Amino acid sequence: MELVIIAAAIMLGLGALGAAIGMGLLGGKLLEGTARQPELGPMLQGKMFLLAGLIDAVPIIGVGIAMYLIFVVAPSVGA
Amino acid sequence: MAGENPASTTEYIQHHLQNLVYGNHPDTGWSFAHSAQEAAEMGFMAIHVDSMAWSIGLGVIFCTAFRFAALRATTGVPTGLLNFVELIIEFIDGSVKDSFHGSNKMVAPLALTIFVWIFMMNLMDLLPVDLVPSILGTVGVHFQKIVPSTDPNITMGMALGVFILMLYYSIKIKGTGFIKELTMHPFNHWAFIPINLFMETVGLLAKPFSLGLRLFGNMYAGEMIFILIAMMFAAGAGTGLVAGGLHAQLFGEHTSALFWLVIFVLVVGVCWMNLKGKISTGKTVLLSAIFMTLGGGVFALGGGLMQWSWAVFHILVITLQAFIFMVLTVVYLSMAHEEH
Repeated sequence: MELVIIAAAIMLGLGALGAAIGMGLLGGKLLEGTARQPELGPMLQGKMFLLAGLIDAVPIIGVGIAMYLIFVVAPSVGA
Repeated sequence: MAGENPASTTEYIQHHLQNLVYGNHPDTGWSFAHSAQEAAEMGFMAIHVDSMAWSIGLGVIFCTAFRFAALRATTGVPTGLLNFVELIIEFIDGSVKDSFHGSNKMVAPLALTIFVWIFMMNLMDLLPVDLVPSILGTVGVHFQKIVPSTDPNITMGMALGVFILMLYYSIKIKGTGFIKELTMHPFNHWAFIPINLFMETVGLLAKPFSLGLRLFGNMYAGEMIFILIAMMFAAGAGTGLVAGGLHAQLFGEHTSALFWLVIFVLVVGVCWMNLKGKISTGKTVLLSAIFMTLGGGVFALGGGLMQWSWAVFHILVITLQAFIFMVLTVVYLSMAHEEH
């Protein structure tokens, strides 16, 4: 049971870590880009949201699987 | 509802993640499954009735609403529904023009259908998790999942449809060029044909797979968090008027779906009055809080607030995922139209 919880913790933590780095780079580059060329702002923002959704997908899938592990798999393994 | 012991919380989650399955069971013949095990025993030739019904129903609503608007379109200033439909169509038209560079009359309508349909399917996630299943439970329907996009069969089915269109247009537009693209692409030499074929096939198959899995994963995780919040706060039900509310006093341990429906209608009614400007926002919050406390007690009120805040965040996710599915479909089809 403990191993399942640890697996879920690693899943959540590393997923959040990767996504946070990605989001940070993405947001920083967006600000840089709009500071250089403000007229491209709306176009870049649209593309940023698309990429944010792509980055967001992997950790959120991880959250779903981790929740399933903690609340459904772990109790049945421990019992 | 769920109690304190882990077995029943597990049951509660699993009950919520079980579709209404109709299929040919080896013992009982063609019938609805009464448990997850029965559903598994039905094998491949079983159908998820709830996913099909909700997705097709939402598709019909989308088609009739947009047809209604299209028939009434004028050159004048649009109002109400017409305005809304025009807004969506202009938005989709703009995105398709940005990322599709071939000439094909089918891509923009396809993108519109995908965006609005997926958005509506995802929107079902914002209805309270227990509401529809428990109402249908009183009339004898045991399992109900009202969000079709939390069913991998639906999302992978849509991704498969996109994949078939990709293959069709690749072969139609490029002809033998498509075979050349698959065999000669990274390394342009005859000796590398097996390696090229392997790499390109993996790349090709990864597109529909990630498309379907991304939508499923996002909606599944969102639904899971709604279920967990509901479970966490329902654990205190049945312990007096303050914690359990009027509901616990009247019905004890048993959940009465109609009672929840009355509370839900009252709260929605108060919010509606606020939107129409009949009562002030302060009174709205107070009345909603009183109704919810009477209905389910303090725990249910806290749960309601948490559900609400997650739902607000989830609005971003459901729109973004519908948009991404649409844009990626257009981009993949655009790649199928490009000649090298």
